Amino acid sequence: MAFNPPYAITLDAGSSLANKTGSWRTEQPLYLDRLPPCNVSCPAGENIQAWLGLTQEGRYREAWEEIVINNPLPAIHGRVCYHPCEDSCNRTSLEQPVNIHAIERFLGDLALQEGWPLPTPAEASGKHILVIGGGPGGLSAAYHLRQLGHEVTLMDAKPAAGGMLRYGIPAYRLPRDILDAEIERIQRSGVHIKVDTSIDNLANTLHDNRYDATFLAVGAHVGRHIDLKTDQSVPLTDAVDFLNGMESSPSSPSLGNRVVVYGGGNTAIDVARTAVRLGAEQVTIVYRRTQEKMPAHAFEIEEALEEGVELRALRTITAITDGKLQLETMELDADGWPQPSGGSETLAADSLVYALGQTVNAALLQGYPQIEVAADGTISVDERMMTAAEGLFAGGDMVPADRTITTAVGHGKKAARHIHHYLNDQQLQPRAKHETAEFDLLNTWYYPEEPMRSQPLLEMQQRTTTFNEVLDGLGELSSKLEAQRCMSCGNCFECDNCYAVCPDNAITKLGRGNRFAIDYDYCKGCGLCVEECPCGAMKMVPEIG
Amino acid sequence: MPSQPGKPSQVEGSIAIAHAIAACRPEVICAYPITPQTHIVEALARMARLEQLGNCQYVNVESEFAALSVCIGASASGSRAYTATSSQGLLFMAEAVYNTSGMRLPVVMTIGNRAIGGPINIWNDQSDSMALRDAGWIQLHAENNQEAADLHIQAFRLAEQVNLPVMVCVDGFLLTHAFEQITLTDQEKTDAFLPPFEPIQALNIEEPMSIGAMVGPEAFMEVRYLNASQFDESLEPIQSISEEFAALFGRSSGGLFEHYHSEAAQTVVIALGSVNGTIKDVVDNLRDEGASIGSIKISAYRPFPAAQLREALSQAERVIVVEKSFFSGIGGPLFNDVVRSLENSGIAHYSVIGGLGGRAILKKSLIEIFRNGMEESLEPLSFIDLDQKVITRELLRQRAGSHGK
Amino acid sequence: MTTSTVEFHQTGDLTAGNRLQDEQQASRQSTQQRFNSLTAGHRACQGCGEALGARFAIDKVMELTGDRAFVVNATGCLEVFTTPFPESSWNVPWLHSLFGNAPAVATGVAAALRAQGKSDIRVVAQGGDGSTVDIGFGALSGMFERNDDVLYFCYDNEAYMNTGVQRSGATPPMARTATTPIAGANPGNPFGQGKNMPLIAMAHGIPYVATATISHLRDLEAKVAKAMEIRGARYIHIHVPCPLGWGSEPADTVKLARLAAESGLFPLFEAEHGEVTDSSKIRRQVPVEEYLKLQRRYAHLFGKSADAEGIAAIQKIADTNIRRFKLLREEE
Repeated sequence: MAFNPPYAITLDAGSSLANKTGSWRTEQPLYLDRLPPCNVSCPAGENIQAWLGLTQEGRYREAWEEIVINNPLPAIHGRVCYHPCEDSCNRTSLEQPVNIHAIERFLGDLALQEGWPLPTPAEASGKHILVIGGGPGGLSAAYHLRQLGHEVTLMDAKPAAGGMLRYGIPAYRLPRDILDAEIERIQRSGVHIKVDTSIDNLANTLHDNRYDATFLAVGAHVGRHIDLKTDQSVPLTDAVDFLNGMESSPSSPSLGNRVVVYGGGNTAIDVARTAVRLGAEQVTIVYRRTQEKMPAHAFEIEEALEEGVELRALRTITAITDGKLQLETMELDADGWPQPSGGSETLAADSLVYALGQTVNAALLQGYPQIEVAADGTISVDERMMTAAEGLFAGGDMVPADRTITTAVGHGKKAARHIHHYLNDQQLQPRAKHETAEFDLLNTWYYPEEPMRSQPLLEMQQRTTTFNEVLDGLGELSSKLEAQRCMSCGNCFECDNCYAVCPDNAITKLGRGNRFAIDYDYCKGCGLCVEECPCGAMKMVPEIG
Repeated sequence: MPSQPGKPSQVEGSIAIAHAIAACRPEVICAYPITPQTHIVEALARMARLEQLGNCQYVNVESEFAALSVCIGASASGSRAYTATSSQGLLFMAEAVYNTSGMRLPVVMTIGNRAIGGPINIWNDQSDSMALRDAGWIQLHAENNQEAADLHIQAFRLAEQVNLPVMVCVDGFLLTHAFEQITLTDQEKTDAFLPPFEPIQALNIEEPMSIGAMVGPEAFMEVRYLNASQFDESLEPIQSISEEFAALFGRSSGGLFEHYHSEAAQTVVIALGSVNGTIKDVVDNLRDEGASIGSIKISAYRPFPAAQLREALSQAERVIVVEKSFFSGIGGPLFNDVVRSLENSGIAHYSVIGGLGGRAILKKSLIEIFRNGMEESLEPLSFIDLDQKVITRELLRQRAGSHGK
Repeated sequence: MTTSTVEFHQTGDLTAGNRLQDEQQASRQSTQQRFNSLTAGHRACQGCGEALGARFAIDKVMELTGDRAFVVNATGCLEVFTTPFPESSWNVPWLHSLFGNAPAVATGVAAALRAQGKSDIRVVAQGGDGSTVDIGFGALSGMFERNDDVLYFCYDNEAYMNTGVQRSGATPPMARTATTPIAGANPGNPFGQGKNMPLIAMAHGIPYVATATISHLRDLEAKVAKAMEIRGARYIHIHVPCPLGWGSEPADTVKLARLAAESGLFPLFEAEHGEVTDSSKIRRQVPVEEYLKLQRRYAHLFGKSADAEGIAAIQKIADTNIRRFKLLREEE
């Protein structure tokens, strides 16, 4: 048909594109990337959200590869990291956090099962670095330095590398085949590991052998003691020695039937639960404050209580007489500190294990007068993780910081990068940090209620009689679906909401993986896209110009 | 049906109109019943139900406003659309009446002319179509039912040629319900005369357009001007189409107006619709007496053929306008149109109002009025058979005040 | 509702789409090939709910018909902001006639298509609440009772916005409009007035009636899809918040729609042949205050002269809806 429409009454379709309504705008929307709280709180600096995102899509290998950019020990961390990421997870405000560690464990185990290798190191730099201490900090530093192309020799005093992973954490939390496999994989990436190599005087060692830099991470292996009036009727042990002994000669230690552990940290729990497994009939933890105030993680306390460990909170041990511990009952003052309440009781015991914290043995630093050693043995480092001695870097439990394996891994990574720059006479420039995606920036309507998937627990009989791993892993589907609970805080996950809710069609969808663009010719600045962005990846800013 | 097409037969006017509509192959017919239009749409509804109208959709609706609105939708979709109404129905659809012409949609509508209330009155006069004479619709008036039928065929052709809607005005009862000898419309000739509707604009998939924009001060005057100029330019096709129709069908009807002994008459009577039949009888009688009188039947009332009429009256000394509508303020609208056409011509003019609300216009009354006119003793405005006794009495009572007895 | 089950746990089918989903599972609005039946450059206010609702609805129609549909529009905001000479924002064949006759015009379009043998081209009509529940009510009722093959969308923003926010038959109780001002003993729109158009539509026994809202995009699209499967008169009443008329932030338009649904004030349900067949359950129930307090048209209920009774009376409306349309999930 040939039409000849009348003037003005009939208009051409779509002709309003000539009207650029962008001129109405006083504020404009922007896309931005905010830091998810999980990433912010990860001591190892993992890009958790990124690998959760890949897991959501079933891209497990890429997800694992994303983890090992920052942390070469996913299977270990998936088991024993205390996952501050989950504590900070915004999903907690909705119902429960994403079970991040279980997903990390799934990926870590899958990598071991599939034999995925660590990335190929960069071209050889010709530099040789000594790493002292085969715990998580040393392993991390060695791995990252090797990745950067350096030759790395790692020395450890113990018969096997792993540090506290091996000599502090019981096997029911970290099976040794997993530990061995992840260490071996680092070794396969080209790190020379020398075990049974104790260094008494670092200055001498470095004098005899040329290294371009040194990273020191010998940990804190000295158990803290207190002076206690005792008639010697109850044998005393400390937790470090006990757990170390468990690993070195598992059959030897015996604590008797009635074991009392003194302290409230994770080590106290580890000891108590190990004692249960060794057949003790009565295992009691004595702690001076309340259960809530115990430094140990709540889930570990719960698991210990389930296994029959008894907790006597708000008590101190004042003396040992006639095979009994004298306990003084306490109450918390206004500041939450325990004060004697006047009561007392006794507790019969076959042994008492101190789990009151650990200090550093810094004797190997005797040749470095410029390095100041604190009362607890820790030494200070600068922002590059370098000690007062040129080229000598340190990290892990021996420097003042949170004493967790993940912090140590973070130290190792950080030190490795600074060492790399130090060797190249460069300073590592800190990157500008994006703002954090706080919960109130999210529009959580768009996330359906979905409880966390929990890992299955070993049945109780086995838990109390064997060192078999207590927690089972999440299967593939569960891991994938659990990863999909991630709200992608602060980073666009291409939900298309902005594109859909714009009344002015001012958002262009660029296609999968390419996100969106705002067409400022038509955007009127209503802010609907920002308001309806589920994950806080947009914001309004005053109109420029 | 009483007869086959081509030969005259005794048929009710409404039926003849319905046959004419049917022959025009409308695609959508939509109407709401109102006396005296009902027989037309009843006949069409029956034909549609008997599938005598091809694919034509007959839609029963809840009001005249809806009826014309359905036609608007159909016409804007490129379909030939028809409706019919009367009186209150036309007023009720008034908003859509203006909308149809404003949107340049060639809908055809029959008006079974009837008085408008209140008081409610179902009988014939022409105040309904007159009330909407300026709504941008072409208005054609029929003198008899043959014309009524034939004008509808011309109306579709005209509407679709000039892209304006057309009302065909047919006096209620006097024509719609009258049985006359009528030649029913011939389908073949109608098909030859009336090509398929080719809209200038239509909803369509291939070339989407937005029909019915809001037009602001920047273009509204131009829209109005263009619409009015198309309207005015329709006089020529009205004439040519009627000539073409006459040539093809062998019957003359329509055009702008028709002379009856008026070319050289001193006195010319001017009227619309069926009253022309009576007027012609009266003219015959008076001419037999030797009077120089004739009449002009206006077929195309809108647009009003002012210049043509003035030329046609160049020999006349006076005109008497007889009409069946009367409005407070303006009086007789046809009279006003005629006077405007004759401005500065020196021709005397008389306004005669009659037949309101169905009152019969009697020959003897017209004879008297025309004689008075020819003797220059006619009032400028007079009413046929007005009951002066009632008027005098009621005026007194009215002037005594609303509380007076 | 007839929403699809999505094997995706991050947002399920709550967001418009997702990079992990098949396009089949995504809303039409999230696809790159969406029709944009209502394109950019229109003159709707910032954050206009009606512009959004109309694009959602008509885009879905165009998808389902393979771009073969005609749209009839009543006078009102939608008509004015989309087609002021010389520019039209419609990419679809579009017709506007009058304020009160859109359903009848649509009937005419449908009749013409039937006469032309083009019944594959579908007809939709649309208007605001004023044209739908008030001035065009008769025409709509006629279209319903004849069961004409037209899908009618009412975009309900609860007043005559185009003329400057005057009360309509869809204005809710206590809302301030220019003709129900905050003045006198009972400020705002009186209780006990107004009409429930979806229920009236149902009373005609037409094959399909549904309510929808711009905050529940997939639900809206599913209802359009359902309606388009059916021939005959169909009615979808879409709640479209109006920042100008309601005195709300433009950015809150979708949120307000959501709160209206989640408070129970705007129940989402479907009905076939006069009987309610399904209702969307409230996910996160909120008291009506949450909805009311974001709108200046209810400002007189809050602040210094707070009207707890008024709020309670509005809450009662929500509670009645919740009961009547079974909006809460049954306890397991």
